[in-house]
Amino acid sequence: MTEAEAKALEAKEKQEVASTAEQTRPGLTFKPAVDIFETETGITLLADMPGVKASDLNIDLRQDVLTLSGEVETPETAGETQILKEYRTGRYVRQFSLSDTIDQSKIEAELQDGVLRLVLPKAAKAVPRKIAVKAK
Amino acid sequence: MAIIRGFGPPAWGWRVPTDVQRMRSEMDRLFEGLTGATSREPGPGVFPLTNVTEDHDNYYVRAELPGIKADELNISVTADGMSISGERKIRARGEDARYHRRERNAGKFSRMLSLPGHIDTEKVEASCSDGVLTVVLPKAAAAKPKQITVKAG
Repeated sequence: MTEAEAKALEAKEKQEVASTAEQTRPGLTFKPAVDIFETETGITLLADMPGVKASDLNIDLRQDVLTLSGEVETPETAGETQILKEYRTGRYVRQFSLSDTIDQSKIEAELQDGVLRLVLPKAAKAVPRKIAVKAK
Repeated sequence: MAIIRGFGPPAWGWRVPTDVQRMRSEMDRLFEGLTGATSREPGPGVFPLTNVTEDHDNYYVRAELPGIKADELNISVTADGMSISGERKIRARGEDARYHRRERNAGKFSRMLSLPGHIDTEKVEASCSDGVLTVVLPKAAAAKPKQITVKAG
């Protein structure tokens, strides 16, 4: 994990998705890059969603499907003409199905510097419990 | 659609594309949506990807830098360009963390950008919020378009 520090950061284009549902608002839809890792106590999800304010972020959880969606305002004002356009802006949407090991009432979300951090604690029954083996 | 490939960009001092290059890359992108074939020329491949716009008084440079705080960024300007550098850090997790997905990258970045006209380096302002950097570079007085009155005579 630490060899990443020496490497130069490469540019990656955002992954555009064709939205499955009809969008009522015009614009492009992108899939945010995420890191998901699991420890004994829960699952943490980190998503890069630059340009999304906390008020424009929607986290929806129903029937074990977690949907993240964040609206992004076009930052350019009307009077500006384009010189160079290397990336496009648009909303971020991604869906995940959660297993029933997650305690859905205890999910926490935090958005800072365009990075969403979602902590999904495991339900008590899902925390691995070591079984001591008695020698006979 | 026939794609005519010209010479690649110079290895140093990457130039802002001309109108024709810009239009061609937009057309490529439109056709790509229809046929699903990627025919786009590679961009500069340097992080961060930037968008540059202008109006009468300023150039605007924007870049998406999620997870990077304002004081971790180094921005310096010269009369006709600027550079953005810094490091994206991603916290290493403990030994017991097991990854399901790992799509984000960390690392150092450093990029130079040249602008079509000269700027007033004293008045450049940069701000970074919600992971988006916006740099406002006022044009040098000499670079602003001036109206010339035509004398009838």
